Order: sequence, then C-alpha cells, then structure tokens
Amino acid sequence: MKTTETPAPVPAEPGTPVLKTQAAPGGPKKGKKEGTTLNVFSHGVLVIWAIMVGMPLVWAVMTSFKDDASIFGSPWSLPDKLHFDNWSRAWSQAHMSDYFLNTVLVVGGSLIGTLVLGSMAAYVLARFDFPGNRFIYYLFIAGMSFPIMLALVPLFYVVDNMGMLNTIHGLILVYIAYSLPFTVFFLTGFFRSLPSSVAEAAFVDGASHTRTFFQVMLPMAKPGLISVGIFNFLGQWNQYMLPTVLNTDPDKHVLTQGLVQLAVSQGYKGDWSGLFAGLVMAMLPVLAAYIIFQRQVVQGLTAGALK
Amino acid sequence: MQHGKYRFIVGFLAVPLGLYALFVIWPFIQSIYYSFTDWTGLSPEFKMVGFDNYSRMLDDDIFWKSLQHSVIFALLVPLVTLSLALFFAFMINVGGRRRRGGPAISGVRGSGVYKIVYFFPQVLSIAIVALLFQFAYNPDSGAINSLLRGIGLDSVQPLWLGDPSIALWCVMAVLVWSTVGFFVVLFSAGMASIPAELYEAALLDGANRATTFFKVTLPLLWDTVQSGWVYMGILALGAESFAVVQIMTTGPGGPDYSTTVMVLYVYQKAFRDGQAAYATTIGVALLVVTLAFAAVVTRLGRRERLEF
Repeated sequence: MKTTETPAPVPAEPGTPVLKTQAAPGGPKKGKKEGTTLNVFSHGVLVIWAIMVGMPLVWAVMTSFKDDASIFGSPWSLPDKLHFDNWSRAWSQAHMSDYFLNTVLVVGGSLIGTLVLGSMAAYVLARFDFPGNRFIYYLFIAGMSFPIMLALVPLFYVVDNMGMLNTIHGLILVYIAYSLPFTVFFLTGFFRSLPSSVAEAAFVDGASHTRTFFQVMLPMAKPGLISVGIFNFLGQWNQYMLPTVLNTDPDKHVLTQGLVQLAVSQGYKGDWSGLFAGLVMAMLPVLAAYIIFQRQVVQGLTAGALK
Repeated sequence: MQHGKYRFIVGFLAVPLGLYALFVIWPFIQSIYYSFTDWTGLSPEFKMVGFDNYSRMLDDDIFWKSLQHSVIFALLVPLVTLSLALFFAFMINVGGRRRRGGPAISGVRGSGVYKIVYFFPQVLSIAIVALLFQFAYNPDSGAINSLLRGIGLDSVQPLWLGDPSIALWCVMAVLVWSTVGFFVVLFSAGMASIPAELYEAALLDGANRATTFFKVTLPLLWDTVQSGWVYMGILALGAESFAVVQIMTTGPGGPDYSTTVMVLYVYQKAFRDGQAAYATTIGVALLVVTLAFAAVVTRLGRRERLEF
C-alpha cells in the first residue's frame, strides 16, 4: 500500500503529461516498482486461494485410491498402490450405478420438460398482450425468492395424495415446477429481445401461432435455451433438498442422496475408501463436463445474474 | 395476429401454469393456512387453533437459536463471499504487471486458469461438498488436523464440527468456499466491461489502486454486487444452508443446537417430530425473514447508488 502514492510530488518533466506513456523515463521507476509489488502480491493471494480450492479435491481423489488403514493412519500420504477395487465396490455393491441411473432419468425428464414448458410460457408472456399477463409473470417471478422449504411440508402430502411419492415421474414434475420461475424469467427477457418481424412474416405466410413458435421462434432462441438449459441441468443434477423430502425410498435415491445415505451407513460398515470412491465418481463427470464446455457453462450460470 | 390468439395463449400457458400452481403456489398458500391449525401431518384430522403455534414459537428457545443462526448466515456469508470475490476479481483484472507501452490497467498472467479453478466448486453439488468437508474436518483422521500436525502444530487440534463454539463457523466457511468462484467469474465479466479510459483517468488524477477500486470499480459494479447479495442471501437462508447443516453437523443441528438453522428446524419438525402445523409456522417466519432481508438489501443498495 505504501508505494502507491504517486500523485502530488511530480514536479517532473513540465509539459509532459503522464498520459498513457507510463513507460516514459522519469516517473516510471516508481510506477514500475509499484506494478511489480502489486503483481507479486496479487499472484500470491490468487495462488493461495487456488490451492485452497484445489487441495480438498485432490485429497478426495487421492483418498479414493487408498485402503482404509492408510486413510485413517496418514490422510495425506500417497496411496501405496492404486486400489481400484474401491471404485468397483462403490459402483456395484454401494449401488452407485443405480443412483447414477436414477439421476440421469430424473434430470433428463425434468430438463426436457422444463425447457419445453418454460419456453412456451415465456413466449406467450413475452409476445402477447392479454389481461392478467403481468400478474402471471410476477407470479412466476415470486417463486424465485420464496423459501422452498415452506412449501415442502404441504407439498409432501400433495404428492402423496396423487400417489407419486417416491416415484421418478413425481420427482420429475416437482423438479419442473420449481425450475419454472427462473426459466420463465430468463426466457421471457430473451424472447422480448428477439426481433418480431420474422415471426410476423411467418404468420403472414399462413403459419399458425403454434407452428411459428416451434419452427421460427424456438430455433431463434437457441442461445438462450442453451444458457438456461445448462443452468437447470446443474441445478437439477445437484439438487439435494427436494429429493430428501419427496424421495425417501432407498431404491429411488438420486446421486446426492445416495452418497449421503452411503456416508451414514459406511459409518457402521467402515468402508470409507468405497465412500470416497463414490464421492469422486460423482464429482468427476461434472468437473470433466465443466472443463470441456467451460465457456458455455460459465455463460449459462452467470447470464441469469447479469440480467 | 388476432386469429386464434386466445386459444393459443390458453393452450400454451395451461400446462406450465397448472403445474406451477399445483406444486408451488398451492402448497405455499396451504402452509400459511396450516400454521393456524394443530395438524400433525400423520393423520388427516386437524382443527383451527388460532395463533397458538405462533405464541409457542415465540417461547421456543430452539426457534430463537435457529433464527439467530439464519440471520448470521444471511448477513455474514454473502458479506465474506462477495468481499473475497471482489478482491480476487480485482486482483485478476487489475493486478497485473504494467507493461512498457501497454494499457494502464492489465490483468495478471494466467487469469483464465484462476477463473477455471475457482469455479470448480460451483459445478459440484453442495451435498458432495458438504460430505467432503465433513471428512476434512474429522478431528482424528481428517485432512485439516493432520495437515496441522504435519507442519508441527500438534497442539492446535480443534474438534471443528464437534466444538459448539466454532461448529457454525466451520459450516459457514464451507458455503463461502463453494460460492466465491462463481462471484469471481461474475465480477470479472463486469470489470472487463468497464472502459479502460476510466481507469486511465483515475490514474492520471493520482488515484492509487485502492482508491481506483472504491471510486471506480465498485460503484460501476454496484448493481451486480447488490443482486449477488440478494441471491446469495436467499441461498444461505434456504437450500444451501439446509444441505450443509443437515449433512455435516451432528444431530443434525448440533452439537447442542449450535448450528441449527430455520430451514433445518422446519424439516425436523415436519418430517421427524410429526408436528407439521408447527413446522409451517416456523416456515412462515422464515418467509418473513427472507422477504425482509431482500427488502433491506435492495433498499440499502438503492441509497448507496444515489451517492455516486
């Protein structure tokens, strides 16, 4: 901080306003020094946080290849050999394969449903004037700020009465309903930003509203659908609270629940290495997908917050 | 564009709106109604009891504890998260070495790598993160204490989650750890869109980095910071704090109710203790806290913005 006071004592070079030419001789030495100190400092701070973020993940991967004795004996030592049996045990005996399948089914169904229903509602709200339009829009928006847990108590019995408790399709419908507020909010803004002339031309050419929507507007809205799709995919894949309440049958567990369940039961069985293998197994696909689709994921997740 | 317009509107809105009304709106209305009954959730019978649940809540010590912890969550977690994120984002975008003839402001080298790494926790489920840290915090064989032993701090072996005086801080730290990266990326995008001339003008006027940050960067980012604060606060009151507290702490909510939060208390009352009506009462209190929080932050933010 102390090196950063450059202002007043610059009687130097009259007529040479410092401008962008920071590199010009005279004032620059100080500026350069300041830049270097700051550079070292900022790199230092940034590296420390990078280590703090990376270390727990590296530790988890390392631990998943160790046997139980060395997990407890020396948590930071490298594995003596790669115990791949942890992984196969987690995959089959600990039912990780079932949890993966359940999650894929639930997220696949609800992601498609969310995008289709969300874009239909958003399109109508963005492009058509009718009494109650604003009211319905704000009804959807309100869902973003209400604490979901408040609704979950009666929701449990609503779902139960419909006979959909502990079913995959019940969970899909609930996921869709709770993903709609953000999806409608985001896509309404997106549809509003699209030019209306194309849709009008299609309509003049005799296309119905429905056809205009599916064949003209949806393809135009693709970037928005991708962003909100990634957002919903991660949210639904990582969902923990909804299935914890509505999906208590161990056979129907999704990944997050299954792992927590596993952690509780491994406490008695003592198969910690298998549990770590399960954890890493659940982490890696998402991390890998993130690294590959990095730009799209970041755009999808931050787009909503920037709007 | 009038032909068949209303049929189309109804056709397109019916399913999404119906689903939303049935699974989201209707349960919300129901739970406010249930908070005035003695419904257990186990049998369909119940009767109205007026404000009994509310007066019981005001006398409930655990409720007050959970309220206190929830308020700490909503205030501290966003404050720490956003401050760290702003700091890192500023370092990434402005902390670079000034190159000869280069722009007045430049990012550090490798800024892309930092952003990728920082973002990792954001794509992981909070449940997985919570499980991971539960092991890391383990006093005997966890990563943290054995790291401390490794660098010779044998005497510093806290019980972490087992110690009522620090358990809440441990849980909050996990939330901060997992969300900082998201805001670093968000703020970086915002900072990149601030025109370089503004920084150059500030430097010409003799502003140092700290002044530049507080007088140029922060005011121009204020809208993003503010909506980030509301977003983070709602998460810290709701789903995220539920997952970390329910998974990581003993009890859950322990030891000795030192980590219990409102959202967890609602869950326990409804699905463990068979007191659904009382649970919805606490839920209504949580709704009030959430809306009050959002209103206060929005309001404070608006006043701040007018100053610049």
